[in-house]
Amino acid sequence: MNIDFKAPVLAVDTVVKRFGKTVAVNGLSLDIRENEFFALLGPSGCGKTTLLRMIAGFEVPDEGRIRLAGTDITEQAPEKRPLNLMFQSYALFPHMTVRQNLAYGLEMEQLAKSEISARVEEMLKTTDLQALAGRKPAELSGGQKQRVALARALIKRPKVLLLDEPLGALDKKLREKMQLELKRLQNEVGITFIIVTHDQEEALVMADRVAVLKDGSILQCGTPQEVYERPANRFVAGFIGVMNFIEGEIGADALFRAGGEVLACDHNGLKRDQKAVLAVRPENIVLKSDGTGIAGTVVDVAYHGLDRQLYVKTTLSAAPLQVRLAATGAAAAQTGAAVSLGFDAAACRIFQD
Amino acid sequence: MSSQTVRSNLMALPAVAWLFLFMVVPCLIILAYAFLTRGLYGGIEYTPTAENFQRVIDPLYAKIFLTSVRIAGLATLLAILIAYPAAYAICLSPKRTQPLLLFFAVLPFWSNYLIRTYAWIVLLNREGLINNLLRWFGYEGEPLALLYREGAVITGLVYNYLPFVILAIYSSLSRLNGELIEASRDLGAGRVRTFFRVTLPLTMPGVAAGGVFVFVLSIGNFVTPALLGGGRFQMIGNLVYDQFLTANDWPFGAALGMVLIAIMIGLLLLQARASARFCGEKQEAANG
Repeated sequence: MNIDFKAPVLAVDTVVKRFGKTVAVNGLSLDIRENEFFALLGPSGCGKTTLLRMIAGFEVPDEGRIRLAGTDITEQAPEKRPLNLMFQSYALFPHMTVRQNLAYGLEMEQLAKSEISARVEEMLKTTDLQALAGRKPAELSGGQKQRVALARALIKRPKVLLLDEPLGALDKKLREKMQLELKRLQNEVGITFIIVTHDQEEALVMADRVAVLKDGSILQCGTPQEVYERPANRFVAGFIGVMNFIEGEIGADALFRAGGEVLACDHNGLKRDQKAVLAVRPENIVLKSDGTGIAGTVVDVAYHGLDRQLYVKTTLSAAPLQVRLAATGAAAAQTGAAVSLGFDAAACRIFQD
Repeated sequence: MSSQTVRSNLMALPAVAWLFLFMVVPCLIILAYAFLTRGLYGGIEYTPTAENFQRVIDPLYAKIFLTSVRIAGLATLLAILIAYPAAYAICLSPKRTQPLLLFFAVLPFWSNYLIRTYAWIVLLNREGLINNLLRWFGYEGEPLALLYREGAVITGLVYNYLPFVILAIYSSLSRLNGELIEASRDLGAGRVRTFFRVTLPLTMPGVAAGGVFVFVLSIGNFVTPALLGGGRFQMIGNLVYDQFLTANDWPFGAALGMVLIAIMIGLLLLQARASARFCGEKQEAANG
């Protein structure tokens, strides 16, 4: 990862937001660095959208402060904040053309007409919207609307661009294309992006850093690689990617036991003699040919082209374990076959139950 | 023709027949009257003439048309200015209380139009509630002559048609995607500029629908000017009424009525076209 460790452009400082008796954001702190592509990732209701709306100025925190480039903006009106939000619904003005939508934010800054039109034309070019400039939003496809919404927010040259589920309304193919497109654009314009998403794949692909939220708090904040490979707790482990969980306990010898098997794994600093859960990703389980591993039976094989996902029933857990194999090396793995599994101990994580 | 088209046509038949018999046919009869000659003691004589329409543009009657347009126009403007903030306030109130507030807004409709208009006489006359209140607050001079003037007529019209306008604007406002307003704020527009650049343009269909409604009903109204105007000045409605019932000049009354209908149809068509143009956008605004 290549991140400049500059002063944070946006600092969220122990912010609390309640709606009636519900605590939407619970004493959350976050520093976002300049030019960073930052993802707020979490299931619906985790408080990520509320946090975004507080940063944009549509909600005022009950406690805590928000600072943008050193200035306290906690109570500042949204129109006064030098940051922009790209809405999930795009919120394009239906009575204005694409060009008028783009010009709107600049007109509010009361720039000279010539400068407005120059910047609009430039942005139309950057986002490849020139051919659509005269159209109204109703005459655009979903992907085109998304580009207009992005252009309308970027044209203000905000210090931070907030994106609320920007790709949520697009189909899978377009979404994958736009993920890379967004990342390219962010590099090009050099603006800090904060994206809110519930799609972990989206966060991993695009973000420099990811914060995983649950119940209004950050569970883990780190690079995609960190949260994927070293999840901080069971929730993060399960939320990001595919994960096998094996319930067991840590014995007096600090070894993890489940279903009568001893799995030599790092006990992650947990106390001895207690229940624990071992988390291992499908790609960190291998089929052993020498028969020394954990015995199991293949109950299902899912073909994914590049690889296969085996579902292997063992004595370790009630649910079959998922094992990922390269498609070429999986000829032997047929449904019903007896196999022997080995775990990559270094890649296993143990959590308190 | 598919069986479904047949069926839907059949279902529309009673309404179409009703409108044809009691709306289209009478209108055609009146239209025919407008081109005939007046009978000596009311009624008509079957001698075709265009003279009735020539009389309509006589300055005397043209003036009454203009007065009607002015009164209806002022009533419309006032109704919109009062209804818009009211509809906005209803929209901003909690979702649960909105139906109740709308109920209160249309509550006057539950009483008879005449009674509501008579009530204004009670309020506005020299010994009425308003003058009494003024006296009670220490006003010593002559009682204010509030009744039997243009202001009283406009007040009556606004009062009677206000609920329509509130409902029309409310329905436009409540369909407006709130994120559009947030987007405008986010892009640097304050509350006022957001209202004039986003909220108002997008709710114009509601304003136009409510406005045309008030205007059309006001310009042809004859009860309110008769009661609250005290017969001191006339609107087209009173003129038409007089031609049929006092002056016994049916053909001229018919010609006046036809001109009035033409004005109304013109306005309604304009409004329908404007709202059709907005329709796609409104859809967009609702879906975001």
